Amino acid sequence: MSDRFPSAPLDGALLEVKDLKTHFRTPRGIVRAVDGVTLSLERGRTLGVVGESGCGKTVLSRSIMGLLPKRDVVREGSVLFEGREIGNLTPKQMRTFWGAQMAMIFQDPMTSLNPVMRIGKQITESLNYHLDISKGYADELAESLLDSVRIPEPKQRLREYPHQLSGGMRQRVCIAVALACGPKLLFADEPTTALDVTVQAQVLDLLQGQQRERFMAMILVTHDLGVVAGRADEIAVMYAGQIVEKAPTSVLFSDTKMPYTEALLNSIPKLADQSHTKLNVIPGRPPDLVSPPKGCRFAPRCTYVQDRCREEEPPLIPAETPGHEYRCWFPVGTPQGREALERNQQAARVAGDGHGETAAATTSPGTT
Amino acid sequence: MSEPPPSALTDVIEEDTRAVLPVSGLAGLEAVEAGSEGRKRRGFGIGAWLAVGWLVLIVGLALLAPVLPLEDPKETIADITNKGPGADAGTAPGHILGGDQNGRDMLSRLIWGARSSLSVAAGAVLIGLIVGGFLGLVAGFYRGRLESLISGALDIMLAIPPLVFALALVAVLSPAETGGQESGGLDLSRLLVLMIALGIVSTPILGRITRASSLTWAEREFVLAARAQGAKASRLIWREVLPNVLPAMLSVALLGVAVVIVAEGGLAVLGVGVEPPTPSWGNIIAQARGDISTSPYIVFEPAILIFLTVLSLNYLGDVVRARTDIREGVL
Repeated sequence: MSDRFPSAPLDGALLEVKDLKTHFRTPRGIVRAVDGVTLSLERGRTLGVVGESGCGKTVLSRSIMGLLPKRDVVREGSVLFEGREIGNLTPKQMRTFWGAQMAMIFQDPMTSLNPVMRIGKQITESLNYHLDISKGYADELAESLLDSVRIPEPKQRLREYPHQLSGGMRQRVCIAVALACGPKLLFADEPTTALDVTVQAQVLDLLQGQQRERFMAMILVTHDLGVVAGRADEIAVMYAGQIVEKAPTSVLFSDTKMPYTEALLNSIPKLADQSHTKLNVIPGRPPDLVSPPKGCRFAPRCTYVQDRCREEEPPLIPAETPGHEYRCWFPVGTPQGREALERNQQAARVAGDGHGETAAATTSPGTT
Repeated sequence: MSEPPPSALTDVIEEDTRAVLPVSGLAGLEAVEAGSEGRKRRGFGIGAWLAVGWLVLIVGLALLAPVLPLEDPKETIADITNKGPGADAGTAPGHILGGDQNGRDMLSRLIWGARSSLSVAAGAVLIGLIVGGFLGLVAGFYRGRLESLISGALDIMLAIPPLVFALALVAVLSPAETGGQESGGLDLSRLLVLMIALGIVSTPILGRITRASSLTWAEREFVLAARAQGAKASRLIWREVLPNVLPAMLSVALLGVAVVIVAEGGLAVLGVGVEPPTPSWGNIIAQARGDISTSPYIVFEPAILIFLTVLSLNYLGDVVRARTDIREGVL
């Protein structure tokens, strides 16, 4: 199917995002939802984007794809897809990419299918639009697509409406819709958050299988490190609109540098824990993106925080392992980091206590 | 949706058990039936069939008026002037509904009147549905300045009292000279003018309903999902938003038909409805309103027809909406 788009050569990254910024103009001020994100993705690879709610994961994926509202949005930076700049294309020009070159799976399958359109029609619609094929052939393709996402009795399902399917089935249909035209890049925006835990693994396995089969690159957005742990080649941890740590998956888990990543990892409940063990939560909330704190954005919640963190914003610096980058002055597992943590523990000056909070507040008067 | 074939069979079985089982068992059975396939039948009860029957009858008669063995609705038969139905003496056979104040056969006038009343109503609502629906969809989908513009225009139209607005429109739209009254058929130009005028009056109502409904549907994720698959804006409106908005539009439109039938009567009272002697339900009432104490049946007969038709439309509107709603709500 992809021969229809004889474009760039097969070498080079499929997707290169450089210093992408997406700002929303709101009555309260400018919301910097994505603030200078740089990443690249090779063909057939999976990038996991992890972070708390409201840290810009969804906006990032929609910004790359160009699926942003028209009004009150400022998008800057460059997005190269197969070496071609698509950051400045109009929605009309982007339509040839949407569905055919890049597709997206949404969080809630209950709302991402049209309730009054038959399943078959929803799949064949983009087939008809992007690939110039007959109706009969499109129906056959739709049937085989449903079969490939392991929906039993695909022929009957084509004639059914979304409300006749369960949540997991619907998400499979959504995947079939997204895969229909053989995109090279798939955005999966929390594809399993709305699903039953038992179905989650099935859907993720299915996505992974399809991705391998089609040699498709995938950006898997999630708030659950467990979801990406075994499936992503590389993980980018986002906080307050920025990438704070990016590393190949195994490196991220074995050699965590950024305190935020460490905090995320610690907050995953462990099976070995006793029942009613208190979860290790990260105190506080992500900062207000209208006026992010001066210095490191994680500083007000960080257990490693030092005076320098509240004054100077750390840049994204490379670690020893190639491909591993992080944003921190006192990284985890380094002498400086250990020293900082000890100092804080001695002074009981960790985030969440009175001292830490006031210090954060005085350095950024805009935050309330 | 395919009907399960053994439904007829279960009916028979249930009929049998009904006779045998004690009352308590019967209640249980009925509960089971209501859960499984009872829903499919719930909508189309006797009431709905009566409504359909009435509308089919009225529309059928209206369509067939030229070929039915009716008196000329404009011809005066002196004998039956002011003779009501069942007036003991003088009601000639064949004039079962009597004659009006000018001695014209009421049955014929009511059937010919249905023709003009229903065509004006249907035409006006269709115009309102198309124009108002289009404006509402565009406003609800694109938002922004376009929406303010359209909503503003619709609000201004709504602010004008509807009957006065229709009156003004008829006056503006009417051709300078009206002739051809003597020909047996309908006065087409006047009907057209009424349709357009009442259509314009009903546009803002349908437009606002459509806009409000589109606003919420256009925000739904499946519209974004379709966009992410490369669908054009026109396709998104037509295929994703419109089918979801349509039930709301249609139920209001059915109500609209009823309102327009009555409004045409109101215009007739003001003398700008369907022009006499061509009958419409509205102008029959309007013309006989002075004689209501002496010959009340002339007013009541068309009034009953309007009542039954409006009732049927409203009832059917609800039933159809409930039955075609294939979304989560019905589960």
